[in-house]
Amino acid sequence: MGGKIVPLASLSPGMVASIIEVRGGYGIQRKLHIMGIMPGKKVRLVSVQPMRGPVTIETNGRQISLGRGMAARILVEVIE
Amino acid sequence: MGNPNVGKSVVFSRLTGADVIASNYPGTTVDFSKGKMRIDGKKVEIIDAPGTYSLVPTNKAEEVAAKMFKDADVVINVVDATNLERNLYLTLELLEKDKPIIIALNLWDEAKHLGIHIDVEELERMLGVPVVPTVAITGEGIKTLVSRIKEAKSPDHIKPTSDEARWIEIGSIIKKIEKVGHRHHSIADRIADATIKPFTGIPVAAIIILFSFWIVRLIGENLIAYVFDPFFYGWYKPIMMQLSNLLGSGFLHDIVIGQLINGDIDFMQSMGLLTTGLYVPIGAVLPYIIAFYFILSLLEDSGYLPRLSTLVDNVFHKLGMHGYGIISVFLGLGCNVPGALATRTLETRKQRFISATLLAIAVPCMAQTAMVFGALGRYGIKYIIMVFLTLGILYIIMGLILNKLVKGESPEIFLEIPPYHRPSLIAVTKKTWMRIRWFLKDAIPFLFLGVFIVNVLYVLGILQWISSILSPFTNMLFGLPGSASIALIMGFLRKDLAVGLLLSLGMSPLQLVIAVTMLTIYFPCVATFAVLTRELGVKDMLKATMIMIGTAVVVGAIMKLILLGI
Repeated sequence: MGGKIVPLASLSPGMVASIIEVRGGYGIQRKLHIMGIMPGKKVRLVSVQPMRGPVTIETNGRQISLGRGMAARILVEVIE
Repeated sequence: MGNPNVGKSVVFSRLTGADVIASNYPGTTVDFSKGKMRIDGKKVEIIDAPGTYSLVPTNKAEEVAAKMFKDADVVINVVDATNLERNLYLTLELLEKDKPIIIALNLWDEAKHLGIHIDVEELERMLGVPVVPTVAITGEGIKTLVSRIKEAKSPDHIKPTSDEARWIEIGSIIKKIEKVGHRHHSIADRIADATIKPFTGIPVAAIIILFSFWIVRLIGENLIAYVFDPFFYGWYKPIMMQLSNLLGSGFLHDIVIGQLINGDIDFMQSMGLLTTGLYVPIGAVLPYIIAFYFILSLLEDSGYLPRLSTLVDNVFHKLGMHGYGIISVFLGLGCNVPGALATRTLETRKQRFISATLLAIAVPCMAQTAMVFGALGRYGIKYIIMVFLTLGILYIIMGLILNKLVKGESPEIFLEIPPYHRPSLIAVTKKTWMRIRWFLKDAIPFLFLGVFIVNVLYVLGILQWISSILSPFTNMLFGLPGSASIALIMGFLRKDLAVGLLLSLGMSPLQLVIAVTMLTIYFPCVATFAVLTRELGVKDMLKATMIMIGTAVVVGAIMKLILLGI
C-alpha cells in the first residue's frame, strides 16, 4: 500500500492497480459499476490504443475497453 | 435472457428445434429469434431476448429486452459462471420482480477450467430459484434445464432495493458460494492480449480481414458453380424459354422475360422480371451474401469483433461514432439492410445518423460490389481499386465533416471484451440464416418491385423522357454521355441492373469508374431506404438523402476533373 494515486488513463500496459475512486455523476458510476469497475477492485492495464484511443483493462478476469475520457475519471493506486 | 456474451443464443439453439423465426419487435427494428419447444408434451414459444446488463436500459436493444421480460410467463436467466459477480446484478433485478425464474449457469466447463468453484446447491438456496449448470455448446445440462423449467418461481425473500444494497447482497453471495483458485497468465491469454495491443493487433486484424474476404470469395464462387448456376441454367432457363414462346412478343413479354439476345434469354441482359430481375439477386448476389454472413457470424461468435472495435475506435471516434460503428460497416458489406439495423447498437441519435448516412453513401453491399466487378472487371483490377479507394476516402472525409456539423453527443466506447470461444456451428448457422432472411424477406421484394417499375417506365418511354432532360447535365458535370443519365435514374430502383445499361453505352473505363462510383453513392437501394426511414425517422432520412445526392454530384464532378482532366 501507499503507492501513487493516479488516473487509470496514465498507467502503462502491464501495470496492476487498485481502484480508489470513480469520479463523475450517478450515470457513469452506475455504468461502470454494472461492469464490475468499482472502488476496491484490482485492475490490470492490457493495452492502450494510439491517438487518444481507448484503453483495455482486465478486472475479475474479464477485459473491458473504455474511452480515454472515462479512464481519466477512474483514480487508482499503483500496486506493481 | 442474460448479459451479452454469455451464450444465450447457444442455449436458445439447444432448446428449440429447426423452426426458428427471426422477427422484429413491434415498433422497433431490434431483431430477435423466436422458436418453439416442448415441455412435458406441451408446445411453448420461446424467445431469445437481446443481451442486457440491467433492466434499466441504455440503448434500444436493452429497452426491448426489458419489455420482453414484462411479457414473459417464465424467464430463463442465462448466467456466465466464469463471471458470476457481474452477472448476478441482472439476476437480482429479475428476481425482485414478480416473475417465475430459472437460472442456467452456463460456461460451466470453462469456469471449472479456470479454477472457479461454485457451490450450486447453496446458490440455489440463497436465490430461492432452480440453478442448473450448463455447457450449451456441448448440450450438457440442457435436459435437466428443460425438466426443471416447471420448478421456476419468484422467490419471496428478494425485495426491490437500491443499487448499493444489490451490490452488497452480491458481495455476500459470492463470498459464500464461490472459491477461485489461483490462476496464471496462460499462453492463450498472451495470444488474446496480442490481438488487442496496437503493435501486434493491427497487422493481425489486416490479415484476418483479407483472409476472410478470400474465403468469402472462395465459398461464393463454389456455391455459384455447383449449386446456383446448375439450378438456373439447367433447370430454370428451359422453363423460362417455354414461357417466352407462350407469351409471344409484346408488352407482357417485355416485362416478364425482357429482350431476347440472339433469340435466347441472357440472364445478365434480358432485363425481364423473371429473368434478370430474379437471377441477379438470387443467382449472382445471394451466394456471396451466404458466404459473407457465415464468415462474419463465425468471427462474431469467436469473440473477435469487440477487439477489432477497440482497435479502430480512435479513428471511428473522430468520425463521430465509436469503434462499434465498424460492425455496421461489415454487416453492410453483405447487404445494407442488416447494416442499417446494426446502427441501433450505437447510443445517440448523432452516432446513429452518421453511421447510417455513411453506410448508405460509402459502404457497397454485395449487389453493388457485383456491379462494380461486372462493369469494370474486364478492364483490370486498377479500375476496381479506384472505385473502392474513392469510397474509403469518402467514408473518412464525410465522417469528419458530419462529426463537425451534426449536433449531439458522441459518447466514448465502453465495451466488454469476451474471452475467445470456439464458435458453435449450430448457433453460427442459425445466425447466418437469420441475416440472410433479412435479405430475402426485406430486400428481394423491393428488388422485384424495382425491376417491375423500371420495365413499365421503360416500355412506356418515361425513363427515356426523364433522361433526355437530364442528359446535358450528366455530360457537363460528370463527363458522361447523355444517355448514361438513364442508368443513373434507373439506379434509384435497381443499381445492379443499371450496369447492363452502362455497358451498352461504349464508355471508356474511366467514365465507367465515375458512373459506377456515383451509382454507389447517391442512393441506397429501396429496401435500405425503407429500413433507414424506420430507423432514423422521416425528417432525418430526408436530410441523409440530401447529403447522399449532394455528395454524389460533388464527387462525380471532382472525379471528372481528376480522371478525365476536363
